[in-house]
Amino acid sequence: MLKIENLHCSVGEKEILKGISLSVNAGEIHAIMGPNGSGKSTLAQVIAGHPGFEVTQGTIDYEGSDLLDMEPEVRAQKGVFLAFQYPVEIPGVTNAYFLRSAYNEIRKARGDEEMDPMEFLDLMEAKLKLVDMDTALLHRSVNAGFSGGEKKRNEILQMAVLEPKLAILDETDSGLDIDALRVVAGGVNALRKPDNATVIVTHYQRLLNYIVPDFVHVLAGGRIVKSGGKELALELEAKGYDWLVEAA
Amino acid sequence: MSSSIESLVNREYQYGFVTDVESDTIEPGLNEDVVRLISSKKDEPQWLLDWRLKAFRRWQTMTEPHWPNLKYNPIDYQGARYYSAPKSVKPLQSLDEVDPELLATYKKLGISLTEQKMLAGVAVDAIFDSVSVGTTMKAELAKHGVVFCSFTEAVHDYPELIQKYLGSVVPYSDNFFAALNSAVFSDGSFCYVPKGVRCPIELSTYFRINAADTGQFERTLIVADEGAYVSYLEGCTAPKRSTNQLHAAVVELVALDRSSIKYSTVQNWYAGDKDGVGGIYNFVTKRGKALEDAKISWTQVETGSAITWKYPSVILQGDNSVGEFYSVAVVNNKQQADTGTKMIHIGKNTKSTIISKGISAGEGQNSYRGRVQMLPKATGSRNYTQCDSMLIGNKCGAHTFPYIEVANNSSTTEHEASTSKIGEDQIFYCKARGLSAEHAISLIVSGFCREVFKELPMEFALEAQQLLGITLEGSVG
Ligand SMILES: Nc1ncnc2c1ncn2[C@@H]1O[C@H](COP(=O)(O)OP(=O)(O)OP(=O)(O)O)[C@@H](O)[C@H]1O
Ligand SMILES: [Mg+2]
Repeated sequence: MLKIENLHCSVGEKEILKGISLSVNAGEIHAIMGPNGSGKSTLAQVIAGHPGFEVTQGTIDYEGSDLLDMEPEVRAQKGVFLAFQYPVEIPGVTNAYFLRSAYNEIRKARGDEEMDPMEFLDLMEAKLKLVDMDTALLHRSVNAGFSGGEKKRNEILQMAVLEPKLAILDETDSGLDIDALRVVAGGVNALRKPDNATVIVTHYQRLLNYIVPDFVHVLAGGRIVKSGGKELALELEAKGYDWLVEAA
Repeated sequence: MSSSIESLVNREYQYGFVTDVESDTIEPGLNEDVVRLISSKKDEPQWLLDWRLKAFRRWQTMTEPHWPNLKYNPIDYQGARYYSAPKSVKPLQSLDEVDPELLATYKKLGISLTEQKMLAGVAVDAIFDSVSVGTTMKAELAKHGVVFCSFTEAVHDYPELIQKYLGSVVPYSDNFFAALNSAVFSDGSFCYVPKGVRCPIELSTYFRINAADTGQFERTLIVADEGAYVSYLEGCTAPKRSTNQLHAAVVELVALDRSSIKYSTVQNWYAGDKDGVGGIYNFVTKRGKALEDAKISWTQVETGSAITWKYPSVILQGDNSVGEFYSVAVVNNKQQADTGTKMIHIGKNTKSTIISKGISAGEGQNSYRGRVQMLPKATGSRNYTQCDSMLIGNKCGAHTFPYIEVANNSSTTEHEASTSKIGEDQIFYCKARGLSAEHAISLIVSGFCREVFKELPMEFALEAQQLLGITLEGSVG
């Protein structure tokens, strides 16, 4: 589904990703771990198409097409979803309206009819339950004044509504209390399908107890320094990153 | 990303066509003879000519104001023409008699004088250059005793009302542009809602400047008698030309005891091209007077014009009167706007609210200028002002000039202001959810303007939202 080869990217003069290669197949869950500042969010943003990063080398293939050649909205329309580490506030635009606009754009791109507001509300009812979110949040401005945990849940709500093929969750577990963590993980698992894939960026093994990854990768200094199975996460929890960073 | 956004920048002004109708136009220039000629072409009574002449003489002693935060080349008042009317216009009995070219123009503008619109409940008094060509729904309004007609007709049919209220809120001597308008105004709309009547439909005037180099000087007068209510919509567009055109309108609102007037404007005059060539110079005086328990509410969405100079104001003369000003002003490319309001509290327990949203993009300069004045007798009065600016890009500017004077100690004013920048991050967030840049910007901006849009009548709100999107297309990159 996703094939990243020798990806380099910079901001200005500074190179942040220094040759990343990663393959994600349908049905798989990948976890990406690594020290602060190692480039995890950068990788996630580059996949989503953030214009602030310049790809200087390498390729990303998504379902047989050149992902880097697509505008971010086209990527989203084709099923790429990024749950932001820091969700953005949009004052004055209600969460429901925002979600419906996004949902309809994606439907349109797929050649489906737009959904009217009443039908959409019914859909939302079900999705809200999935992430155990209060309906009131639908009628508030997108992320404005949301607590940290509410923002993260809102990202998962969006994911549940948009039903992406490739979901990238950037530290969606950070700032969640233990119950919320379970809810979010439950949501991700419920949305899991054989033809979907999920990439989870996290610092904590904890989340991986709920969402069991097929692969774990360690990103350090802009490179993947080690890949393994789910047991690698346990090893990292016990030993930290130093041994890997030094070895690399 | 930026290249795709740039490709959106050069979207053309949609309303920039010229209608080819035979016009009755006078030679450029302005002197007493021109004033007399205009008055005689309209077959006006002597008192009105006298009033025009007084205004003209006053205007000659005045100088153009230079305090606004606006830069433009000197206006050549002698180079403009002060009267232009489509020749076919004589009193029309029905729409069938309207020049088909004109109707086609209205169609392009998206307004129809047809039954569809009437069924939609909108009475349209369309001002084409200087003369009103068609008024609809007159009969329906007449049933309720509501008068809604062109200013010229009103002068002939309701001379007492005109004589009583013309200049009663904006005297001819008020300011340079008001004096000019008073001398040469060509037409406009008049509305009178009798005691206790709630006007059953939204009244609407669509202004349009067509003839080349013709200044448009329309005058609107709305009188709501005791306990009456009226909602009035004004929309404006003008064709695209490389020279600047002057537009100096005057709007007077009179809200008698316990009445309420809601006045909404969507202004989309031609703004000039992206290098600042052409465009309308919009110098407008709008003011209302609210008597006891009366309410005047201005809502404006200003997206057009090269220059906007406009301060819809309320004189809160009666006790417990209410004044409101909700404004969205958008500048892009080289547009400049200096706009805001004045709330003059004279009566006791008067209340005013000001919500101003300024959006600046391209190299646009946007100034909010507001005056809140609480006179000594306006005890127990309140004002709330909120003034937010949004910047799109790095070359534009936002400025605020609030003036607050409180001359008694039981009144309160509250002023909040903010400036924000539309973030690359907000746009990226929307794009990452499948929205185009253009959709993202209009979503973010309409969120910013929500408090104002919700004051607009439904169909106007949609139009305003679309206009905003068009005006700002490609402004980020
Ligand atoms: N726009 C930017 N300008 C300059 N430097 C940047 C920019 N974005 C990221 N960086 C730098 O790139 C490096 C990688 O950042 P990134 O956010 O990808 O790290 P991360 O692995 O997600 O860290 P964390 O675990 O703290 O979230 C950091 O040193 C960061 O400061
Ligand atoms: Mg990060």
